[in-house]
Amino acid sequence: MAAGGELAAVVGVGMTKFSATRGDVSMPGLVREAAERALKDAEMEWEDIDAVVMGKAPDFFEGVMMPEIFLGEALGAVGKPMLRVHTAGSVGGSTALVAASLVHSGVHERVLTVAWEKQSESNAMWALSLKQPFQVSINAGAGGYFSPIIRQYMEETQAPELIGCMVAFKDRQHALLNPYAHLHQPDLTFDQVVESPMLWEPIRYSETCPSSDGAAAMVIVNETEAKKSANPAWIHAGAMRSEANNFPGRDEVNPQASRECASDLWNQAGIKNPREEIDVAEIYVPFSWYEPMWLESLGFCERGDGWKLVESGATHIDGGDLPINCSGGVLSSNPIGASGMIRFAEAALQVRGMAGEHQVEGARKAMGHAYGGGAQYFAMWVVGKDKPTT
Amino acid sequence: MPEINVPSSIKDLEQVQSVRTPIRMEYTFTPGVAAQTYLREFANKKILGAVSPVDGAVLVPPRGADPRYGALCDEFVEMPHTGHIGSFCVTNVPIPGRELELPYISAWIFLDGADIGFLNLVAECPPEECRIGMRVEAVWKPDDEIGMTAENILYWRPTGEPDLPFDEAGVRGWHVRGDGESDA
Repeated sequence: MAAGGELAAVVGVGMTKFSATRGDVSMPGLVREAAERALKDAEMEWEDIDAVVMGKAPDFFEGVMMPEIFLGEALGAVGKPMLRVHTAGSVGGSTALVAASLVHSGVHERVLTVAWEKQSESNAMWALSLKQPFQVSINAGAGGYFSPIIRQYMEETQAPELIGCMVAFKDRQHALLNPYAHLHQPDLTFDQVVESPMLWEPIRYSETCPSSDGAAAMVIVNETEAKKSANPAWIHAGAMRSEANNFPGRDEVNPQASRECASDLWNQAGIKNPREEIDVAEIYVPFSWYEPMWLESLGFCERGDGWKLVESGATHIDGGDLPINCSGGVLSSNPIGASGMIRFAEAALQVRGMAGEHQVEGARKAMGHAYGGGAQYFAMWVVGKDKPTT
Repeated sequence: MPEINVPSSIKDLEQVQSVRTPIRMEYTFTPGVAAQTYLREFANKKILGAVSPVDGAVLVPPRGADPRYGALCDEFVEMPHTGHIGSFCVTNVPIPGRELELPYISAWIFLDGADIGFLNLVAECPPEECRIGMRVEAVWKPDDEIGMTAENILYWRPTGEPDLPFDEAGVRGWHVRGDGESDA
């Protein structure tokens, strides 16, 4: 078993509808909506929960310091242990892993985990471009940061220029199958994606994620509790890694921390060939080119071949053998702090057979992935329909 | 819920659901030894790098410690005002508080002899002619305007010298410049 100790499984998943502005709910209302849905799915009440683990992006996004305290009541955490996790954009994934660790370790039996962001009450783009004292203010948001890395990938692999547009168009098509997705653009054409304005060349407007409000929640339980569920998603492996964002010789396109995190994950899960053994994956792709880049880094293909998987249609839910981001991905919904947990939760929904229209038929093993900071924090898990055997 | 008696004068007004209350905080920033040393010399038109005691890697601007090993970097070297572009972004998005004509080029500049880059503005170069590996030089403010600020260098411009090959530009150059063993 992954982390050693008790087996753990997801028996409840809840998400809010993601949209640019959830003006109908406050921050407590938003997290409670996702948490209530997760409890309902798990057929549990608030009093059944032993502890709550919450994650979101940095506090200065909404300007609410230590929101876990402010949200404790809304999450039924009064008088219970509550933990807050901070790992920038990867936080939704790390938060799920911390919640799982409380079960693996035997400390708790039933843990509620929630991640969220209310971007409409925040300005993430400029929060990420704060003027630092005595530094030149030149970086315009996350796109400005990731564009030079994507440019290196394109030059390194000589990938066709429109691969990124293919990913963006595919994820927007997938989003039409997910009622919770923020962007529903049924009339969008591939040409419109290609013709959308360059914001951070080589990144076009349509190749970027939206700015969303939303929350995701899961109930993670031990083996005894999981047996009460008709379709638990067993946690086969979980791994986290991080590295500094600027050091001599850093591989920015394929960071060492990402490679080592993936390698640890596959080892724990007993997976030798991820391309063959993983049925569906939810990978954190806020800018389209990160799909081929992460496919390589995660070992789904050789370095330099990620774009070929995209081009071949392998990552499309319709006919692909490695469907990626069937929910529409971060490119279709990005409540930043929740985005990693949505990936993990979607992986769980797939192996539970509960992904609705974006269900991959017969999915038994799924991967959830998140990254954050300057592509320097990583969180990943593998969940399965079957109990882990080792 | 008990009914609330609202005065008739405001009875028909639309309910307030949210209010925006911009806040402002002022703070005093104290740079550490490395940043102070760098900034004092920067005000004299000099660019300092810090040398890693572990393998001699040169970090510009100095960060106080080698991010790989946590080792204290208290030895400084003066750097040339020329370098190359490790990678870059052509940005069409304005930055609040900065008047920049769009599009502008932000680039990771690797000074000659430096082993990490820092983000800066490139100008006097049409975006379509900007390249990874392109050699650039600093354009400083007039001497009487130079002070204790990061904006002493207005921007970087192409020198016209031959480019560095892609495999030696930016972080990839570490394997050529450095001992190449740290990331084997």
